[in-house]
Amino acid sequence: MGTPMIEIKNMMKTYKLGGETVNALNNVSLEIEKGEFLAIIGPSGSGKSTLMNMLGCLDRPDQGTYKLDGKDIGKMDDNQLAAIRNQKIGFIFQNFNLLTKLTAVENVELPLLYAGVSTKERRERALDGLNKVGLKERAGHLPSQLSGGQQQRVAIARALASQPAILLADEPTGALDSKTSKEILQLMKELNEAGHTIILITHDLEIAKQAKRMVSIQDGELHENGGELLGHFAVH
Amino acid sequence: MKMEVSCLGILQSIKMALKSIKSNKLRSVLTMLGIIIGVASVIVLVSIAQGSTKSVTSSINSLGTNLLTVNTYSTDIELSEDKISELGDLNGVEAISPVVSGRVNLKKDRTASQVSLTGTNAAYSDVRDTEVSQGRFITDLDVEYRQKVVVLGSETASTFFGTDNPVGQYIQVEGTSFKVVGVLASKGSSLGQSGDNVVIVPLSTGQRLVGSTVISTVYLQAKDENQMDFVMNEVKMKMADLYPGKSDDYGVTNQQDVMDTMSSVTDTMTMLLGGIASISLLVGGIGIMNIMLVSVSERTKEIGIRKAIGAKRRDILLQFLIESVVLSALGGLIGVLIGLGLGKIVSSLMSISISFSSTVILASFLFSLVVGVVFGMFPANKASKLNPIQALRYE
Repeated sequence: MGTPMIEIKNMMKTYKLGGETVNALNNVSLEIEKGEFLAIIGPSGSGKSTLMNMLGCLDRPDQGTYKLDGKDIGKMDDNQLAAIRNQKIGFIFQNFNLLTKLTAVENVELPLLYAGVSTKERRERALDGLNKVGLKERAGHLPSQLSGGQQQRVAIARALASQPAILLADEPTGALDSKTSKEILQLMKELNEAGHTIILITHDLEIAKQAKRMVSIQDGELHENGGELLGHFAVH
Repeated sequence: MKMEVSCLGILQSIKMALKSIKSNKLRSVLTMLGIIIGVASVIVLVSIAQGSTKSVTSSINSLGTNLLTVNTYSTDIELSEDKISELGDLNGVEAISPVVSGRVNLKKDRTASQVSLTGTNAAYSDVRDTEVSQGRFITDLDVEYRQKVVVLGSETASTFFGTDNPVGQYIQVEGTSFKVVGVLASKGSSLGQSGDNVVIVPLSTGQRLVGSTVISTVYLQAKDENQMDFVMNEVKMKMADLYPGKSDDYGVTNQQDVMDTMSSVTDTMTMLLGGIASISLLVGGIGIMNIMLVSVSERTKEIGIRKAIGAKRRDILLQFLIESVVLSALGGLIGVLIGLGLGKIVSSLMSISISFSSTVILASFLFSLVVGVVFGMFPANKASKLNPIQALRYE
């Protein structure tokens, strides 16, 4: 397949927390191909949030390299990172993170707004995206008028709006009941089958199992194929 | 692949700002209040100051702009007829009118009153721009023959004759019977002096009534009001020629001098009032900054989400900056409207003449915009610098 879409080599990130240095990421290397459905599993404090921030281009590594589509993220300035986030990454958050004062369709439009897409095209693409997640008739509703599952669908539509290379989902089902969780996961599987690269970050093994590939993170160290490490997690 | 993310359109940002202002109406109104009061008070106060300037200027102007006055302060100089006529022969002088003045008692039947008397010649009517509404003015023949005729000011006429036509009737001036030949048109009062409560008699008659032949004031009319400086110099030189070494005993003034003095006084007043009002605009600006800072910390999460989605520093900066500018502009606009309305009300209630100037209105509006930019900059900058990771975590 040539060069992988994401190529992380020997990534280090340390934080100072109350005078103590914490190795949030310790020599992490990871390659992700286009079209993969990868789950990153780890308990809280394992460094998975830090890894997600790295993958999502919200942060830069202290050491090591992160190449996204062959471009070195570590060497980019804030504006370039913002552009990368806008164009290449779609975020799906645990608590949806929709803007409460904007309607569903306006929320979906937001990334396109910052991408400088014209008003008309923006509206068309946003409605199209809402249609894909089955919420076309809810376009004019505020997030507060939608159920949790519906809000997460809007968030997914927003993440997809600028047709990013990667969907980065951080505990996407964490705030949902099991039935809606299943629906959201099903939707993500469908998106993966449609060709989207998906990275799922979770602490829940059952959810991680839905992915095609699983890596686990513990104390800042990454291990390929979580299967061997199931014993580490006494989750649920 | 397209990598360059273009900046958010200004129009879009303004729409976003209006939305955010609308979603927090009470707070927005309270924030704007400072600007509203500031702009409105600038407009009202400056308009009142300028209105009074205008009314003073016009009342001075109504005395005639091509008028020169020669006053004597001491009895050392005697403005005699021949010397006065020498002044009248000057090139730039159109007409000349010597004046004696004093106060006299008037009596008609049972009405008695003291009024100011002016003894002068026929030219006075042109020189001082006074017109008769009934009858005629003093003529040179009246002066020559010391006629006992009198022209009444409009107020004097109504005091003694009511609504009757006084022309042709008689009135007692200092016990002597005078024939009323004319009534002056009303000039209104200027600088607290009523120009209507007067009587005008021929110069020669006036000198007798006052009991003095001293002419202390001579009015001169210049041929062209654009050549006032030239005529003024001419008169000054002539006076110096006629009365060498006595320049302290007389003065030559024109209306422009009076006007200049008045306008410097009113300019200071305008500046003072405008300055006081500007301070409230400044205070309003600080109010905007305060609220914008609150708004930034309230919306930390929103800023985090926007940044995660791809908003650049510039986008966030502009969003908050435009919000504060829209807020202050809206306040400024409302302030202008309130200022205009309040000005109208004040002028009609207190019968103060008021003059709105578009410059002041525009300037105070623009100033409110500047206040929005200046005081919005700090909170907007703070918002744009937020770290997206921490902002996202903020609850």
